[in-house]
Amino acid sequence: MQDKKGRMNGKYIVIVGCGRLGSYLANTLSQWGASVVIVDLHEESFKLLSPHFGGFRLTGDAVESGVMRQAKLDRADLLVAATHDDNVNLLVAQTALKVFKVPRVLARVYDPRNDDIYQELGIETICPITVAAELFLQAVTEGRLPGEER
Amino acid sequence: MRIILAGTGRTLYYLCRTFISKGWRVSMINPRAEECRELAQRLKAVVVHGALADPILLEETGALGADAFLAVSSSDADNLVSCQLAALRFGIPRVLALVNDPDNEDVFRRLGVEAFCPTPTIAGLVEQRSALDGITNLVPVAGGAVNITELELPAGAPATEQPLGRLELPEESLVACLVREGRLILPAGTVEPRPGDRLIVVTLPANHGRVLSALLGPER
Repeated sequence: MQDKKGRMNGKYIVIVGCGRLGSYLANTLSQWGASVVIVDLHEESFKLLSPHFGGFRLTGDAVESGVMRQAKLDRADLLVAATHDDNVNLLVAQTALKVFKVPRVLARVYDPRNDDIYQELGIETICPITVAAELFLQAVTEGRLPGEER
Repeated sequence: MRIILAGTGRTLYYLCRTFISKGWRVSMINPRAEECRELAQRLKAVVVHGALADPILLEETGALGADAFLAVSSSDADNLVSCQLAALRFGIPRVLALVNDPDNEDVFRRLGVEAFCPTPTIAGLVEQRSALDGITNLVPVAGGAVNITELELPAGAPATEQPLGRLELPEESLVACLVREGRLILPAGTVEPRPGDRLIVVTLPANHGRVLSALLGPER
């Protein structure tokens, strides 16, 4: 992680959802030099952020475009939608892309069955179960994890 | 006409009942099991229990070949995604979403989903009715740009003390008609309104308050 410090300097990133994924991304991207705003419905969720997290916390419902405006989404280089509700992530991602014109938008989606529709609408989705399953299958068939050279 | 309703609560029940009475075939998708049991007992409709934006459940409700899809849940996100699925995956020609946050009405349109929000209409009605006695009706038209208000003139109201033509009303407002004892009187400038008469006035949100003050008096 040391060599990645500074690689996100000057980037403005909005993360919606401060669960395990959202907080991990917020901690890491802020460490890499990005200005991060993290949005969550509940203030207690911010306990997952590291004490070194240098970004902003915003308590509010990202489904309300007023809250997204408060997060200055129109200036963001990247939005990550990482709440536990697929449909909230898809709504937030589309609003970011089409209304706030955020150049890159990523959404975590648990149910991959509607992926084709969201690809069509320009949303990049990441399904943790598909990703994990592929890694498992690769480990099973090749006997080692990708990235392990020997 | 075959319509699919997605959502929860009383709204879903009464909408379904209305559409059935029009002779439409109605299917419903509702994530609350208890409500599904009740709906199935009380209405002649297909009721499917489950998440709103589940493609397999949507197919079970007969999404293929349906004429219309209406999402009325309390989650704007669920309403958006289920409508997009209905339109894009199942090709349902008429798709409409309820939005709970008034700001989302415009957002949904920009995302290609037709949306309606009842909140501003209800808020406007409540505000006007509670602020002013004698106002019995207020309808926003042209997307809220123009109000049509019906009001009853109390004794002593400025409008009852002079002919209509002498009243100083703000520009871009109009007394459209006067109703006296159930009869319509065209509001020519010489007509002298009496207490108990009802006026239908056309106003803009910007001059609404001033028009009402001019007709009913400043303390209103």
